[in-house]
Amino acid sequence: MSQQDSNPLDPSALLEPQPGHSSLGRLERILRRGEFAVTAELNPPDSADPHDVYERAAIFDGWVDGINAVDASGANAHMSSVGICALLTRMGYAPIMQISCRDKNRIAIQGDVLGASAMGVQNILCLTGDGVQAGDQPGAKPVFDLDCMSLLETIRIMRDNSKFLSGRKLTSAPTVFLGAAINPFAPPHDFRPHRLAKKIAAGAQFVQSQYCYDVPMFKKYMRQVRDMGLDKECFIMCGVGPLASARTARWMRSNVPGVHIPDDIIKRLEGAEDQKKEGKQLCIDIINEVKEIEGVSGIHVMAYRQEEFVAEIVHDSGVLKGRRPWRKEPNPVDQMVADRMEEILEEPKHLLHEMAGAAGDTDSQE
Amino acid sequence: MADQPTKPTQASLNKKSAQATSYKPSGVSATGRKARSFAVRLWSVRHSRTLEWFYGHFADLFLKLHPLWKAVGYERAEGPIKFIEKHTKGFLFDCRMCGQCVLSSTGMSCPMNCPKQLRNGPCGGVRANGHCEVEPDMPCVWVQAWSGANRMNGRDNIFDVQKPVDQSLRETSSWLRVTALAAAEREAAETPGTPQ
Repeated sequence: MSQQDSNPLDPSALLEPQPGHSSLGRLERILRRGEFAVTAELNPPDSADPHDVYERAAIFDGWVDGINAVDASGANAHMSSVGICALLTRMGYAPIMQISCRDKNRIAIQGDVLGASAMGVQNILCLTGDGVQAGDQPGAKPVFDLDCMSLLETIRIMRDNSKFLSGRKLTSAPTVFLGAAINPFAPPHDFRPHRLAKKIAAGAQFVQSQYCYDVPMFKKYMRQVRDMGLDKECFIMCGVGPLASARTARWMRSNVPGVHIPDDIIKRLEGAEDQKKEGKQLCIDIINEVKEIEGVSGIHVMAYRQEEFVAEIVHDSGVLKGRRPWRKEPNPVDQMVADRMEEILEEPKHLLHEMAGAAGDTDSQE
Repeated sequence: MADQPTKPTQASLNKKSAQATSYKPSGVSATGRKARSFAVRLWSVRHSRTLEWFYGHFADLFLKLHPLWKAVGYERAEGPIKFIEKHTKGFLFDCRMCGQCVLSSTGMSCPMNCPKQLRNGPCGGVRANGHCEVEPDMPCVWVQAWSGANRMNGRDNIFDVQKPVDQSLRETSSWLRVTALAAAEREAAETPGTPQ
């Protein structure tokens, strides 16, 4: 079966360029078609084994349109976002590479953008980043050479003008869909929509929000955003996530920078018999409310250490409306080799023509 | 060939594109140079042995005053002590208040004045005249450190490998930290058998 949004020649290759699109990726196509997009956050491994990344990505198979590769989130060292993205693009996934300004200066960042783009990364999310005090190595030197706004502008200049920040020319510009983060739940609340407008002016084409647990506050924010006409200029994705228990909710509220969880959410969790189940249900309820808000183009599911629930949450909330996002399909050639492994080992045979035939068959099938 | 115009370099293009105003900063560096003259800093290096002797006694004095610091409270003492430390060391060594003083291991030449903030020896870019790669008019702090260390009794301290700087200790008193640590060590030594 051939899938929508995949390259007919090679299912894991980049897409053909389309007018009005700045990237060759799936996420931009889905959003520009007006479909409700779903992205999820990959929990970065503390390991040097690529299979840890593949396993963690496979959980989302067929349920999400993009996978966020976080850049040392919360100032804790993990596998780098460039590395994770390089691995994910090898497998054909559509990663959203996060870049935070805490650890790298403009020289390193511009190099990483080119490197990632060469590896097939089509979506980049620009963040300022949590302070080093939040992480496991508070003695580190905070860089913050750029901030999220100037980072957006830097990458936009690289993409649109094919130039470095210094003005030096690029021989080939990165084709990326640029994203940013928003936090409608932190003060000063009236300034937040204006900050979004600034990010759009700097180059943001889509935004992902911080965890949304206060839907009325988000609705108010969206009303202001619609009044300013910003929802027409950029795709707004609402960040959601299941809470494991009332205790985790309390911990997150006081320890994770920028997370706002109202008291009645915690009360609802406390009152439940199975807090984990209730947390999941709460997440689904929030998605159901949020998806109806005008101007919301998708959701971003951050199920930290509960990644296995993402499929269920996306399924139960019905946000995909029967649409089936891209999933990695087994290569028929691999299957053929596996089936004939014994035969091959006994007597080496040239299967090239048969393999080519099998690969060709899948292209012609609808 | 000679009459062909040379291609402009990126540096000259950058320079040209910068806005022209009547104000020109006299020296620009990434680390932000505080001192324009290095006379006092160089004097300190020349007298590193005297300063080492003085520092030894000074540290002992501070340790003797440990009960006082404890009575006042190290937190409360920090403000005034930091003020004195910052200005004395600022005058003598162009101190940057990293909070983890290693002057005794660097020949009384403050390594935080190095534009790369190297704490374990000179980089490969030192100029033939012993000046800095980044700031051509500044004598390399590690060339100075090597000559200062050779005058000192603890000349081998310069061979210790220094740990990465804990940036969260910036702008704190190194004197009080060293004193508190030494006092804790002394107490641990006086009461053997207690787990450290």
